[in-house]
Amino acid sequence: MNSLWSSLQLWWAGFQDKFYVCFIEDDRFVRYMLSGLGVTFQVTFFALILGLALGVVVAMIRVTHDTASANMRPGPGRFLLALLNTICKIFVTVIRGIPVVVQLMIWYFVILISIRNGIVVGIIGFGINSAAYVAEIVRAGIMSVDHGQMEAGRSLGLNYIQTMRYIILPQAFKNILPTICNEFIALLKETAVIGYIASTDLTKGAYIIVGRVYEAFLPLIAAALIYLLIVMLLSWLFGKLERRLRASDQR
Amino acid sequence: MINVKELHKYFGKLEVLKGISEHIHPGEQVVIIGASGSGKSTFLRCLNLLEMPTSGQIIIDGEEITNGRHDVNQLRQKMGMVFQQFNLFPHYDTLGNITLAPIKLLHMSRAEADELGMHLLEKVGLTDKAHVYPAQLSGGQKQRVAIARALAMNPKIMLFDEPTSALDPEMVGEVLKVMADLAAEGMTMVIVSHEMGFAREVASRVFFMDGGIILEQGTPDAVFNHPQELRTQEFLARVRESK
Repeated sequence: MNSLWSSLQLWWAGFQDKFYVCFIEDDRFVRYMLSGLGVTFQVTFFALILGLALGVVVAMIRVTHDTASANMRPGPGRFLLALLNTICKIFVTVIRGIPVVVQLMIWYFVILISIRNGIVVGIIGFGINSAAYVAEIVRAGIMSVDHGQMEAGRSLGLNYIQTMRYIILPQAFKNILPTICNEFIALLKETAVIGYIASTDLTKGAYIIVGRVYEAFLPLIAAALIYLLIVMLLSWLFGKLERRLRASDQR
Repeated sequence: MINVKELHKYFGKLEVLKGISEHIHPGEQVVIIGASGSGKSTFLRCLNLLEMPTSGQIIIDGEEITNGRHDVNQLRQKMGMVFQQFNLFPHYDTLGNITLAPIKLLHMSRAEADELGMHLLEKVGLTDKAHVYPAQLSGGQKQRVAIARALAMNPKIMLFDEPTSALDPEMVGEVLKVMADLAAEGMTMVIVSHEMGFAREVASRVFFMDGGIILEQGTPDAVFNHPQELRTQEFLARVRESK
């Protein structure tokens, strides 16, 4: 009994010691992990916006081509739409077929060689990667809205874009919200590979501490816990948003 | 008002409309009857270009709409349409469904549009449902809102695509009554319908479509009581049997 107590005490003292070395000494937690968390947030946030904007554009081109092209008169407009559609299809196929970390390195070391800011390149790389997924999600969402809605809008005299904006997209948005939230959460976690292009995010920050203090357990577990907490918080927030949106049309 | 010349429509290789020529005058109420697959709905949907005719001419109000230079959206503002499946906008309340087009297209203020909307709801007997969402309306109520929505753009022509076919029997009457009121006001109406009783009472003319053409047409009395064509007689006999 006595020996168990003393070994527990010994472990606790050791834990405190390691905790101090890992996080407190030299402000390591603040310098590496907290600032890294800031980078994670920045990259996720701006990549999300880029991904949404680009993804919606790609989705609109794909949907417009698939649904409205048959009713268009032959001419340059129809040709342009077919061309854009092909480009979008290739874009989605290529982006979804390559691991994001490889894409990221290609952006950083090959294409955007003149930009030496890993965060900016990360936003571009993750944003474009996310766009391909968002495009497919939004496309599925638009396709899931009953075709009669488009006809009803058009029959009133609204043009294609007005009908999309006021009638189709609000309904599609509600349908895809859960999936978009999943994409957001996936994106947040994917940014953990940004360390490959010389940026210090939360993961890289933890890894730096591991290298400094030769102690892997605490920094990695801390990083894992922080990711987990953020994801849980986001899931909770999105759940609330979803319920509120649904409530508004059951009134 | 609606002048159709040699209208043809193909879906792929299938010829659905095989040359329709017809003139519908202002203030007429035309009911189109016929078996399913006869091309009734396609014909109706060609009139506001929800379906693009493969060939032929449609002239609405003196303007040819099939030459490719006509502004389709402008045309559709003059022609209201009511669908079998209602197609109300589920994310707007009843009043919002009605006022959307006038606000966006006629640039009415919300107050003006609401006033118009309430007036139209009064017409279809649903003022108490102004702030209810479509999910909470019965089928008959939905279709009456859909009619009010189509009227909000002050159209000269109303198209009805089987407006009562998706309704429970006890709700058919309330919708037909609104349509009969509209007819009494002199609205030009083209109605695809299986409601023979309604056609008899309200129609100024009846078209019987069969195999992509208007096989027979005339006053309700002529078509229903003295059909000339064998196909018309068979169709009417079948409809009566099923009653």
